[in-house]
Amino acid sequence: MTALPPPSAKKLGLVIDLDTCVGCQACVTACKGWNDQGYGAPLSDQNPYGADPSGTFLNRVHSYEVTPDEGAPQIINFPRSCLHCDNAPCVTVCPTGASYKRAEDGIVLVNEDACIGCGLCAWACPYGARELDPAAGVMKKCTLCVDRIYNETLPEEDRQPACVRTCPTGARHFGDLADPDSAVSQLVAARGGYDLMPDLGTRPTNKYLPPRKKDARATASPLAPLLDLQANGFAGWLDRLLEKL
Amino acid sequence: MHPAPSVILFTCLSGAGFGLLFWLDAGLARPEGTAALAQFALAYGLATAGLIASTFHLGNPQRALRAFSQWRTSWLSREGWASVAALAASAPVALSTSFGPPGQSFAGGPLGLAAALLTALTLLSTAMIYAQLKTIPRWHHWTTPLSFLTFAVTGGAILSGAGFIAALLCLALGLVMALTFWQGDRRFAASGSNLNLATGLKGQIRPFAPAHTAQNYILTEMIHQVGRKHAQKLRLIALALASLAPAALLLTLPTGPIAILPAFASHLTGALIQRWLFFAEAEHVVRHYYGPA
Repeated sequence: MTALPPPSAKKLGLVIDLDTCVGCQACVTACKGWNDQGYGAPLSDQNPYGADPSGTFLNRVHSYEVTPDEGAPQIINFPRSCLHCDNAPCVTVCPTGASYKRAEDGIVLVNEDACIGCGLCAWACPYGARELDPAAGVMKKCTLCVDRIYNETLPEEDRQPACVRTCPTGARHFGDLADPDSAVSQLVAARGGYDLMPDLGTRPTNKYLPPRKKDARATASPLAPLLDLQANGFAGWLDRLLEKL
Repeated sequence: MHPAPSVILFTCLSGAGFGLLFWLDAGLARPEGTAALAQFALAYGLATAGLIASTFHLGNPQRALRAFSQWRTSWLSREGWASVAALAASAPVALSTSFGPPGQSFAGGPLGLAAALLTALTLLSTAMIYAQLKTIPRWHHWTTPLSFLTFAVTGGAILSGAGFIAALLCLALGLVMALTFWQGDRRFAASGSNLNLATGLKGQIRPFAPAHTAQNYILTEMIHQVGRKHAQKLRLIALALASLAPAALLLTLPTGPIAILPAFASHLTGALIQRWLFFAEAEHVVRHYYGPA
Protein backbone atom coordinates (compact mmCIF):
# COMPACT_ATOMS: atom_id res chain seq x y z
CA MET A 1 0.00 0.00 0.00
CA THR A 2 1.08 3.58 -0.53
CA ALA A 3 0.00 4.43 2.99
CA LEU A 4 3.04 5.64 4.90
CA PRO A 5 4.41 3.18 7.46
CA PRO A 6 4.59 4.22 11.14
CA PRO A 7 7.82 6.13 11.89
CA SER A 8 10.68 3.67 11.53
CA ALA A 9 13.17 2.98 14.33
CA LYS A 10 15.93 3.52 11.80
CA LYS A 11 16.01 6.53 9.46
CA LEU A 12 18.79 6.25 6.93
CA GLY A 13 19.67 9.46 5.16
CA LEU A 14 22.28 11.99 4.14
CA VAL A 15 23.75 15.04 5.82
CA ILE A 16 25.07 17.55 3.28
CA ASP A 17 27.58 20.18 4.38
CA LEU A 18 27.08 23.39 2.38
CA ASP A 19 30.23 24.83 3.97
CA THR A 20 32.48 22.11 2.57
CA CYS A 21 30.89 21.39 -0.81
CA VAL A 22 33.02 22.81 -3.62
CA GLY A 23 30.53 22.05 -6.40
CA CYS A 24 32.83 19.63 -8.25
CA GLN A 25 29.86 17.51 -9.45
CA ALA A 26 31.69 14.26 -8.52
CA CYS A 27 28.58 13.06 -6.60
CA VAL A 28 26.43 13.70 -9.69
CA THR A 29 28.76 11.61 -11.85
CA ALA A 30 29.18 8.83 -9.29
CA CYS A 31 25.40 8.61 -8.85
CA LYS A 32 24.77 8.46 -12.58
CA GLY A 33 27.55 5.86 -12.98
CA TRP A 34 26.30 3.54 -10.23
CA ASN A 35 22.65 3.81 -11.24
CA ASP A 36 23.44 2.94 -14.85
CA GLN A 37 24.28 -0.61 -13.96
CA GLY A 38 22.55 -1.90 -10.85
CA TYR A 39 19.14 -1.27 -9.32
CA GLY A 40 16.19 -0.99 -11.74
CA ALA A 41 16.10 0.55 -15.19
CA PRO A 42 19.39 2.31 -16.06
CA LEU A 43 19.34 6.12 -15.98
CA SER A 44 19.07 6.92 -19.67
CA ASP A 45 20.45 9.72 -21.81
CA GLN A 46 18.65 11.19 -24.80
CA ASN A 47 20.68 12.19 -27.85
CA PRO A 48 23.91 12.00 -25.77
CA TYR A 49 26.31 12.72 -28.64
CA GLY A 50 24.00 15.04 -30.58
CA ALA A 51 23.44 18.78 -30.59
CA ASP A 52 20.86 18.76 -27.79
CA PRO A 53 21.79 16.11 -25.21
CA SER A 54 19.78 15.51 -22.02
CA GLY A 55 19.43 12.76 -19.46
CA THR A 56 17.97 11.52 -16.20
CA PHE A 57 19.84 12.28 -12.98
CA LEU A 58 19.00 11.57 -9.33
CA ASN A 59 21.24 14.28 -7.93
CA ARG A 60 21.94 17.76 -9.27
CA VAL A 61 24.19 20.48 -7.85
CA HIS A 62 23.13 24.14 -8.11
CA SER A 63 25.38 27.12 -7.36
CA TYR A 64 24.05 30.24 -5.67
CA GLU A 65 25.58 33.60 -4.87
CA VAL A 66 24.47 34.41 -1.33
CA THR A 67 24.84 37.90 0.10
CA PRO A 68 24.33 37.68 3.86
CA ASP A 69 22.99 40.67 5.82
CA GLU A 70 26.52 41.20 7.13
CA GLY A 71 29.73 40.17 5.41
CA ALA A 72 30.90 39.44 1.90
CA PRO A 73 28.94 37.53 -0.74
CA GLN A 74 29.68 33.82 -0.97
CA ILE A 75 29.21 31.09 -3.56
CA ILE A 76 27.23 28.21 -2.05
CA ASN A 77 27.07 24.93 -3.93
CA PHE A 78 23.79 23.19 -3.29
CA PRO A 79 23.32 19.47 -4.05
CA ARG A 80 19.65 18.54 -4.50
CA SER A 81 18.31 14.97 -4.30
CA CYS A 82 15.60 12.92 -2.57
CA LEU A 83 15.36 13.73 1.15
CA HIS A 84 13.56 10.46 2.09
CA CYS A 85 10.84 12.41 3.91
CA ASP A 86 9.01 10.97 6.92
CA ASN A 87 5.78 12.44 5.58
CA ALA A 88 6.54 11.77 1.91
CA PRO A 89 3.79 13.28 -0.32
CA CYS A 90 5.18 11.34 -3.33
CA VAL A 91 4.19 8.05 -1.68
CA THR A 92 0.56 8.71 -0.79
CA VAL A 93 -0.43 10.13 -4.20
CA CYS A 94 0.74 7.03 -6.10
CA PRO A 95 -2.27 5.18 -7.59
CA THR A 96 -0.51 1.84 -8.10
CA GLY A 97 1.48 1.32 -4.91
CA ALA A 98 4.74 1.53 -6.87
CA SER A 99 5.98 4.41 -4.73
CA TYR A 100 6.65 3.28 -1.16
CA LYS A 101 8.56 4.04 2.02
CA ARG A 102 10.35 1.14 3.68
CA ALA A 103 9.18 0.44 7.23
CA GLU A 104 12.58 -0.95 8.28
CA ASP A 105 14.89 1.96 7.39
CA GLY A 106 12.70 4.76 5.96
CA ILE A 107 14.16 4.66 2.43
CA VAL A 108 11.66 5.86 -0.22
CA LEU A 109 11.75 3.63 -3.30
CA VAL A 110 9.87 2.96 -6.54
CA ASN A 111 8.83 -0.55 -7.56
CA GLU A 112 9.45 -0.04 -11.26
CA ASP A 113 7.46 -3.12 -12.28
CA ALA A 114 4.29 -1.47 -10.89
CA CYS A 115 4.97 2.11 -12.02
CA ILE A 116 2.65 3.34 -14.80
CA GLY A 117 4.67 6.55 -15.31
CA CYS A 118 1.81 8.97 -14.59
CA GLY A 119 4.21 11.49 -13.04
CA LEU A 120 1.93 12.49 -10.14
CA CYS A 121 4.62 11.68 -7.52
CA ALA A 122 7.02 14.08 -9.25
CA TRP A 123 4.33 16.78 -9.09
CA ALA A 124 3.81 16.10 -5.38
CA CYS A 125 7.55 16.37 -4.54
CA PRO A 126 8.58 19.96 -3.65
CA TYR A 127 12.28 19.24 -4.18
CA GLY A 128 12.30 18.09 -7.83
CA ALA A 129 13.84 14.84 -6.64
CA ARG A 130 11.99 12.55 -9.06
CA GLU A 131 12.56 12.35 -12.80
CA LEU A 132 10.57 10.21 -15.22
CA ASP A 133 13.02 8.24 -17.34
CA PRO A 134 11.99 8.79 -20.98
CA ALA A 135 13.51 5.49 -22.14
CA ALA A 136 11.93 3.21 -19.51
CA GLY A 137 8.77 5.29 -18.88
CA VAL A 138 9.10 4.77 -15.12
CA MET A 139 9.87 7.17 -12.27
CA LYS A 140 13.48 7.27 -11.11
CA LYS A 141 14.67 8.61 -7.76
CA CYS A 142 17.54 8.32 -5.28
CA THR A 143 17.56 4.82 -3.73
CA LEU A 144 20.13 5.83 -1.13
CA CYS A 145 22.14 3.17 -3.01
CA VAL A 146 20.10 0.44 -1.33
CA ASP A 147 22.06 -2.00 -3.53
CA ARG A 148 25.37 -0.83 -1.99
CA ILE A 149 24.67 -0.11 1.67
CA TYR A 150 23.53 -3.67 2.49
CA ASN A 151 25.75 -5.38 -0.10
CA GLU A 152 28.05 -7.79 1.72
CA THR A 153 29.96 -8.61 -1.45
CA LEU A 154 31.41 -5.07 -1.35
CA PRO A 155 34.31 -4.14 0.97
CA GLU A 156 32.89 -2.53 4.10
CA GLU A 157 34.16 0.98 3.25
CA ASP A 158 32.16 0.85 -0.01
CA ARG A 159 28.85 0.08 1.75
CA GLN A 160 27.63 3.65 1.55
CA PRO A 161 25.88 5.64 -1.19
CA ALA A 162 28.04 6.26 -4.27
CA CYS A 163 27.77 10.05 -3.83
CA VAL A 164 29.07 9.86 -0.25
CA ARG A 165 31.85 7.42 -1.12
CA THR A 166 33.11 9.60 -3.96
CA CYS A 167 32.87 13.09 -2.38
CA PRO A 168 36.49 14.39 -2.32
CA THR A 169 35.84 17.02 0.36
CA GLY A 170 33.79 14.96 2.77
CA ALA A 171 30.77 17.21 2.31
CA ARG A 172 28.35 14.27 2.26
CA HIS A 173 27.65 12.01 5.23
CA PHE A 174 25.50 8.88 5.44
CA GLY A 175 23.97 7.33 8.55
CA ASP A 176 21.01 6.71 10.84
CA LEU A 177 19.34 10.02 11.68
CA ALA A 178 16.92 8.40 14.14
CA ASP A 179 19.81 7.40 16.42
CA PRO A 180 20.84 10.48 18.44
CA ASP A 181 24.30 8.95 19.06
CA SER A 182 25.12 8.33 15.39
CA ALA A 183 27.89 10.40 13.80
CA VAL A 184 25.40 12.10 11.45
CA SER A 185 23.01 13.03 14.28
CA GLN A 186 25.93 14.46 16.30
CA LEU A 187 27.00 16.47 13.27
CA VAL A 188 23.48 17.84 12.78
CA ALA A 189 23.31 18.80 16.47
CA ALA A 190 26.75 20.44 16.47
CA ARG A 191 26.32 22.41 13.25
CA GLY A 192 22.62 23.27 13.36
CA GLY A 193 21.48 21.03 10.52
CA TYR A 194 18.11 21.96 9.07
CA ASP A 195 15.23 20.81 6.82
CA LEU A 196 14.45 22.20 3.35
CA MET A 197 11.02 23.85 2.88
CA PRO A 198 9.87 23.03 6.43
CA ASP A 199 6.65 24.97 5.65
CA LEU A 200 5.37 22.08 3.51
CA GLY A 201 5.37 19.59 6.39
CA THR A 202 7.27 16.84 4.54
CA ARG A 203 9.62 16.22 7.52
CA PRO A 204 12.73 15.30 5.48
CA THR A 205 15.24 12.78 6.87
CA ASN A 206 18.18 14.38 5.03
CA LYS A 207 19.63 17.46 6.70
CA TYR A 208 21.70 20.36 5.37
CA LEU A 209 24.51 22.00 7.35
CA PRO A 210 24.69 25.80 6.92
CA PRO A 211 27.87 27.56 5.75
CA ARG A 212 30.11 28.51 8.70
CA LYS A 213 30.43 32.20 9.61
CA LYS A 214 33.26 33.78 7.66
CA ASP A 215 35.69 36.43 9.01
CA ALA A 216 34.47 39.97 8.35
CA ARG A 217 36.47 41.99 5.88
CA ALA A 218 38.58 44.65 7.70
CA THR A 219 38.69 47.43 5.09
CA ALA A 220 36.39 48.72 2.40
CA SER A 221 38.60 47.41 -0.42
CA PRO A 222 41.25 44.69 -0.18
CA LEU A 223 43.31 46.72 -2.71
CA ALA A 224 43.54 49.83 -0.45
CA PRO A 225 46.93 49.01 1.19
CA LEU A 226 48.52 48.51 -2.24
CA LEU A 227 47.39 51.94 -3.46
CA ASP A 228 48.78 53.82 -0.45
CA LEU A 229 52.33 54.32 -1.85
CA GLN A 230 55.04 55.43 0.59
CA ALA A 231 58.02 56.23 -1.63
CA ASN A 232 61.45 56.75 0.04
CA GLY A 233 65.14 56.58 -0.88
CA PHE A 234 65.92 57.08 -4.56
CA ALA A 235 62.28 56.50 -5.57
CA GLY A 236 61.24 59.12 -2.99
CA TRP A 237 63.73 61.70 -4.37
CA LEU A 238 62.50 60.94 -7.93
CA ASP A 239 58.89 61.23 -6.77
CA ARG A 240 59.51 64.65 -5.20
CA LEU A 241 61.51 65.85 -8.24
CA LEU A 242 58.83 64.79 -10.70
CA GLU A 243 56.12 66.46 -8.57
CA LYS A 244 58.04 69.78 -8.93
CA LEU A 245 58.32 69.65 -12.72
CA MET B 1 3.08 22.96 -15.29
CA HIS B 2 3.24 21.28 -18.68
CA PRO B 3 -0.21 21.47 -20.32
CA ALA B 4 -0.37 17.89 -21.70
CA PRO B 5 -3.09 17.67 -24.40
CA SER B 6 -4.14 14.21 -23.16
CA VAL B 7 -4.89 15.52 -19.66
CA ILE B 8 -6.68 18.63 -20.97
CA LEU B 9 -8.89 16.48 -23.23
CA PHE B 10 -9.48 14.00 -20.41
CA THR B 11 -10.62 16.55 -17.84
CA CYS B 12 -12.83 18.47 -20.32
CA LEU B 13 -14.46 15.52 -22.11
CA SER B 14 -14.92 13.36 -19.02
CA GLY B 15 -16.11 16.41 -17.11
CA ALA B 16 -18.86 17.11 -19.65
CA GLY B 17 -19.72 13.39 -19.95
CA PHE B 18 -20.06 12.79 -16.22
CA GLY B 19 -21.81 16.16 -15.91
CA LEU B 20 -24.46 15.03 -18.41
CA LEU B 21 -24.73 11.67 -16.67
CA PHE B 22 -25.34 13.54 -13.40
CA TRP B 23 -28.32 15.43 -14.91
CA LEU B 24 -29.77 12.27 -16.47
CA ASP B 25 -29.26 10.03 -13.39
CA ALA B 26 -30.65 12.60 -10.98
CA GLY B 27 -33.74 13.04 -13.13
CA LEU B 28 -33.08 16.75 -13.56
CA ALA B 29 -33.50 16.18 -17.31
CA ARG B 30 -36.28 13.82 -18.36
CA PRO B 31 -35.73 12.63 -21.95
CA GLU B 32 -37.66 9.52 -23.09
CA GLY B 33 -37.12 6.76 -25.65
CA THR B 34 -34.70 7.47 -28.47
CA ALA B 35 -33.82 10.93 -27.15
CA ALA B 36 -32.86 9.37 -23.80
CA LEU B 37 -30.80 6.67 -25.54
CA ALA B 38 -28.96 9.33 -27.58
CA GLN B 39 -28.22 11.45 -24.49
CA PHE B 40 -27.00 8.51 -22.41
CA ALA B 41 -24.87 7.32 -25.36
CA LEU B 42 -23.36 10.81 -25.63
CA ALA B 43 -22.63 10.90 -21.87
CA TYR B 44 -20.98 7.46 -21.93
CA GLY B 45 -19.07 8.37 -25.10
CA LEU B 46 -17.66 11.61 -23.70
CA ALA B 47 -16.80 10.06 -20.32
CA THR B 48 -14.99 7.03 -21.76
CA ALA B 49 -13.25 9.03 -24.51
CA GLY B 50 -11.82 11.26 -21.76
CA LEU B 51 -10.76 8.29 -19.62
CA ILE B 52 -9.02 6.69 -22.61
CA ALA B 53 -7.27 10.00 -23.44
CA SER B 54 -5.95 10.12 -19.87
CA THR B 55 -3.87 6.97 -20.48
CA PHE B 56 -2.00 8.57 -23.41
CA HIS B 57 0.43 10.47 -21.20
CA LEU B 58 1.43 7.40 -19.15
CA GLY B 59 4.94 5.99 -19.47
CA ASN B 60 3.63 2.43 -19.18
CA PRO B 61 -0.13 2.46 -20.00
CA GLN B 62 -0.24 -1.37 -20.21
CA ARG B 63 -0.11 -1.42 -16.40
CA ALA B 64 -2.99 1.09 -16.02
CA LEU B 65 -5.19 -1.47 -14.20
CA ARG B 66 -2.77 -1.33 -11.26
CA ALA B 67 -4.05 2.21 -10.64
CA PHE B 68 -7.17 0.72 -9.01
CA SER B 69 -5.19 -0.68 -6.09
CA GLN B 70 -4.46 2.36 -3.87
CA TRP B 71 -7.92 3.89 -3.26
CA ARG B 72 -7.21 4.23 0.46
CA THR B 73 -4.61 6.96 -0.08
CA SER B 74 -4.57 8.12 -3.71
CA TRP B 75 -7.14 10.43 -5.32
CA LEU B 76 -6.05 9.17 -8.75
CA SER B 77 -6.93 5.63 -7.70
CA ARG B 78 -10.23 6.79 -6.16
CA GLU B 79 -11.08 8.52 -9.41
CA GLY B 80 -10.60 5.22 -11.25
CA TRP B 81 -12.99 3.40 -8.90
CA ALA B 82 -15.54 6.23 -8.81
CA SER B 83 -15.66 6.47 -12.62
CA VAL B 84 -16.17 2.73 -13.09
CA ALA B 85 -18.80 2.67 -10.33
CA ALA B 86 -20.62 5.69 -11.81
CA LEU B 87 -20.66 4.18 -15.31
CA ALA B 88 -21.89 0.82 -13.95
CA ALA B 89 -24.58 2.33 -11.68
CA SER B 90 -25.85 4.53 -14.53
CA ALA B 91 -26.40 1.54 -16.85
CA PRO B 92 -29.76 0.42 -15.32
CA VAL B 93 -30.88 4.07 -15.25
CA ALA B 94 -29.97 4.43 -18.93
CA LEU B 95 -31.73 1.17 -19.91
CA SER B 96 -34.88 1.90 -17.92
CA THR B 97 -35.11 5.46 -19.27
CA SER B 98 -34.45 4.49 -22.90
CA PHE B 99 -36.36 1.22 -23.22
CA GLY B 100 -38.69 0.97 -20.20
CA PRO B 101 -42.34 1.99 -20.17
CA PRO B 102 -42.85 5.74 -19.62
CA GLY B 103 -42.81 6.70 -15.96
CA GLN B 104 -40.90 3.56 -14.95
CA SER B 105 -37.41 5.10 -15.24
CA PHE B 106 -34.93 4.77 -12.35
CA ALA B 107 -33.82 8.38 -13.00
CA GLY B 108 -34.43 10.53 -9.94
CA GLY B 109 -35.29 7.47 -7.83
CA PRO B 110 -32.99 5.92 -5.19
CA LEU B 111 -30.87 4.10 -7.80
CA GLY B 112 -30.67 7.17 -10.04
CA LEU B 113 -29.69 9.43 -7.15
CA ALA B 114 -27.04 6.93 -6.03
CA ALA B 115 -25.64 6.89 -9.59
CA ALA B 116 -25.72 10.70 -9.68
CA LEU B 117 -23.81 10.78 -6.38
CA LEU B 118 -21.14 8.48 -7.88
CA THR B 119 -20.74 10.77 -10.92
CA ALA B 120 -20.30 13.72 -8.52
CA LEU B 121 -17.69 11.70 -6.59
CA THR B 122 -15.85 11.01 -9.87
CA LEU B 123 -15.75 14.72 -10.69
CA LEU B 124 -14.62 15.57 -7.15
CA SER B 125 -11.83 12.94 -7.28
CA THR B 126 -10.54 14.36 -10.57
CA ALA B 127 -10.38 17.83 -9.05
CA MET B 128 -8.74 16.54 -5.86
CA ILE B 129 -5.85 15.02 -7.86
CA TYR B 130 -4.84 18.64 -8.47
CA ALA B 131 -6.22 20.36 -5.37
CA GLN B 132 -4.30 18.01 -3.00
CA LEU B 133 -0.88 19.18 -4.26
CA LYS B 134 0.68 21.58 -1.73
CA THR B 135 3.58 22.00 -4.15
CA ILE B 136 1.34 23.90 -6.59
CA PRO B 137 -0.23 26.72 -4.55
CA ARG B 138 -2.55 27.84 -7.40
CA TRP B 139 -4.29 24.46 -7.34
CA HIS B 140 -4.17 23.81 -3.58
CA HIS B 141 -7.43 25.63 -2.85
CA TRP B 142 -11.20 24.99 -2.68
CA THR B 143 -11.72 26.94 -5.93
CA THR B 144 -10.17 23.98 -7.85
CA PRO B 145 -12.95 21.47 -7.02
CA LEU B 146 -15.54 24.27 -7.29
CA SER B 147 -14.31 25.13 -10.79
CA PHE B 148 -14.15 21.49 -11.99
CA LEU B 149 -17.64 20.71 -10.63
CA THR B 150 -19.21 23.89 -12.04
CA PHE B 151 -17.73 23.22 -15.47
CA ALA B 152 -19.08 19.64 -15.47
CA VAL B 153 -22.56 20.54 -14.23
CA THR B 154 -22.81 23.42 -16.72
CA GLY B 155 -21.65 21.28 -19.67
CA GLY B 156 -24.11 18.58 -18.61
CA ALA B 157 -26.94 21.11 -18.29
CA ILE B 158 -26.33 22.46 -21.80
CA LEU B 159 -26.26 18.95 -23.31
CA SER B 160 -29.34 17.77 -21.42
CA GLY B 161 -31.36 20.63 -22.92
CA ALA B 162 -31.97 22.41 -19.63
CA GLY B 163 -32.37 25.67 -21.54
CA PHE B 164 -32.95 28.55 -19.12
CA ILE B 165 -31.31 26.79 -16.14
CA ALA B 166 -28.31 25.93 -18.35
CA ALA B 167 -28.03 29.61 -19.30
CA LEU B 168 -28.08 30.60 -15.62
CA LEU B 169 -25.40 27.97 -14.87
CA CYS B 170 -23.28 29.38 -17.72
CA LEU B 171 -23.39 32.80 -16.07
CA ALA B 172 -22.58 31.28 -12.64
CA LEU B 173 -19.66 29.49 -14.30
CA GLY B 174 -18.40 32.86 -15.53
CA LEU B 175 -18.34 34.13 -11.93
CA VAL B 176 -16.52 30.99 -10.74
CA MET B 177 -13.95 31.35 -13.56
CA ALA B 178 -13.33 35.00 -12.71
CA LEU B 179 -12.98 34.15 -9.01
CA THR B 180 -10.57 31.29 -9.80
CA PHE B 181 -8.39 33.47 -12.05
CA TRP B 182 -8.39 36.37 -9.60
CA GLN B 183 -7.51 34.42 -6.51
CA GLY B 184 -5.23 31.93 -8.35
CA ASP B 185 -2.88 34.82 -9.18
CA ARG B 186 -2.42 35.47 -5.47
CA ARG B 187 -1.77 31.93 -4.32
CA PHE B 188 1.93 31.55 -5.15
CA ALA B 189 2.93 34.73 -3.33
CA ALA B 190 0.50 33.96 -0.49
CA SER B 191 2.08 30.53 0.04
CA GLY B 192 5.15 32.34 1.41
CA SER B 193 7.42 29.85 -0.34
CA ASN B 194 10.76 31.24 -1.56
CA LEU B 195 14.37 30.34 -2.36
CA ASN B 196 15.44 31.04 1.25
CA LEU B 197 13.04 28.37 2.56
CA ALA B 198 13.97 26.06 -0.33
CA THR B 199 17.70 26.20 0.43
CA GLY B 200 17.67 27.19 4.11
CA LEU B 201 20.22 29.92 3.29
CA LYS B 202 19.95 33.38 4.81
CA GLY B 203 20.38 36.68 2.97
CA GLN B 204 19.91 37.53 -0.68
CA ILE B 205 20.26 34.55 -3.01
CA ARG B 206 20.99 34.76 -6.72
CA PRO B 207 21.40 31.71 -8.97
CA PHE B 208 25.08 31.71 -10.00
CA ALA B 209 25.51 28.60 -12.14
CA PRO B 210 22.73 26.23 -13.20
CA ALA B 211 22.89 22.59 -12.08
CA HIS B 212 22.87 21.53 -15.73
CA THR B 213 22.94 23.20 -19.11
CA ALA B 214 20.56 20.78 -20.86
CA GLN B 215 16.80 20.48 -20.50
CA ASN B 216 15.50 17.93 -18.03
CA TYR B 217 12.21 16.44 -16.86
CA ILE B 218 11.87 18.90 -13.97
CA LEU B 219 12.16 21.89 -16.31
CA THR B 220 9.89 20.65 -19.09
CA GLU B 221 7.25 19.18 -16.76
CA MET B 222 7.18 21.57 -13.80
CA ILE B 223 8.71 24.86 -14.93
CA HIS B 224 6.97 25.00 -18.29
CA GLN B 225 5.92 28.53 -19.12
CA VAL B 226 4.63 28.64 -22.68
CA GLY B 227 2.00 31.15 -23.66
CA ARG B 228 1.80 33.07 -20.40
CA LYS B 229 2.41 36.12 -22.58
CA HIS B 230 -1.18 35.92 -23.87
CA ALA B 231 -2.71 34.69 -20.61
CA GLN B 232 -4.93 37.75 -20.05
CA LYS B 233 -6.37 37.59 -23.59
CA LEU B 234 -6.88 33.84 -23.33
CA ARG B 235 -8.74 34.28 -20.05
CA LEU B 236 -11.18 36.70 -21.64
CA ILE B 237 -11.63 34.42 -24.66
CA ALA B 238 -12.25 31.42 -22.34
CA LEU B 239 -14.74 33.45 -20.30
CA ALA B 240 -16.59 34.58 -23.44
CA LEU B 241 -16.69 31.12 -25.06
CA ALA B 242 -17.41 28.99 -21.97
CA SER B 243 -19.84 31.30 -20.21
CA LEU B 244 -21.23 34.37 -21.99
CA ALA B 245 -21.71 33.09 -25.57
CA PRO B 246 -23.52 29.84 -24.61
CA ALA B 247 -25.71 31.77 -22.16
CA ALA B 248 -26.68 34.21 -24.92
CA LEU B 249 -27.28 31.42 -27.44
CA LEU B 250 -29.45 29.42 -25.01
CA LEU B 251 -31.54 32.48 -24.12
CA THR B 252 -32.09 33.70 -27.68
CA LEU B 253 -32.32 30.60 -29.89
CA PRO B 254 -35.38 28.30 -29.80
CA THR B 255 -34.89 25.31 -27.49
CA GLY B 256 -33.63 22.05 -28.97
CA PRO B 257 -30.55 20.99 -30.94
CA ILE B 258 -30.44 24.31 -32.80
CA ALA B 259 -29.45 26.02 -29.52
CA ILE B 260 -27.69 23.08 -27.80
CA LEU B 261 -25.14 22.31 -30.55
CA PRO B 262 -23.62 25.79 -30.99
CA ALA B 263 -23.88 26.49 -27.25
CA PHE B 264 -22.03 23.30 -26.33
CA ALA B 265 -19.41 23.75 -29.08
CA SER B 266 -18.67 27.22 -27.74
CA HIS B 267 -18.70 26.05 -24.11
CA LEU B 268 -16.33 23.12 -24.78
CA THR B 269 -13.88 25.33 -26.69
CA GLY B 270 -13.86 27.76 -23.78
CA ALA B 271 -13.41 24.87 -21.34
CA LEU B 272 -10.40 23.57 -23.30
CA ILE B 273 -8.77 27.03 -23.23
CA GLN B 274 -9.50 27.42 -19.51
CA ARG B 275 -8.03 23.96 -18.79
CA TRP B 276 -4.94 24.78 -20.87
CA LEU B 277 -4.46 27.91 -18.74
CA PHE B 278 -5.09 25.86 -15.57
CA PHE B 279 -1.92 23.90 -16.33
CA ALA B 280 0.15 26.52 -18.16
CA GLU B 281 -0.28 29.14 -15.44
CA ALA B 282 0.32 26.83 -12.46
CA GLU B 283 3.66 27.40 -10.73
CA HIS B 284 5.41 24.55 -8.87
CA VAL B 285 7.56 25.40 -5.82
CA VAL B 286 10.53 23.51 -7.33
CA ARG B 287 11.00 26.48 -9.64
CA HIS B 288 12.62 28.39 -6.77
CA TYR B 289 15.78 26.30 -7.21
CA TYR B 290 16.07 27.56 -10.77
CA GLY B 291 15.71 31.21 -9.81
CA PRO B 292 13.23 33.91 -10.76
CA ALA B 293 11.41 33.56 -14.07
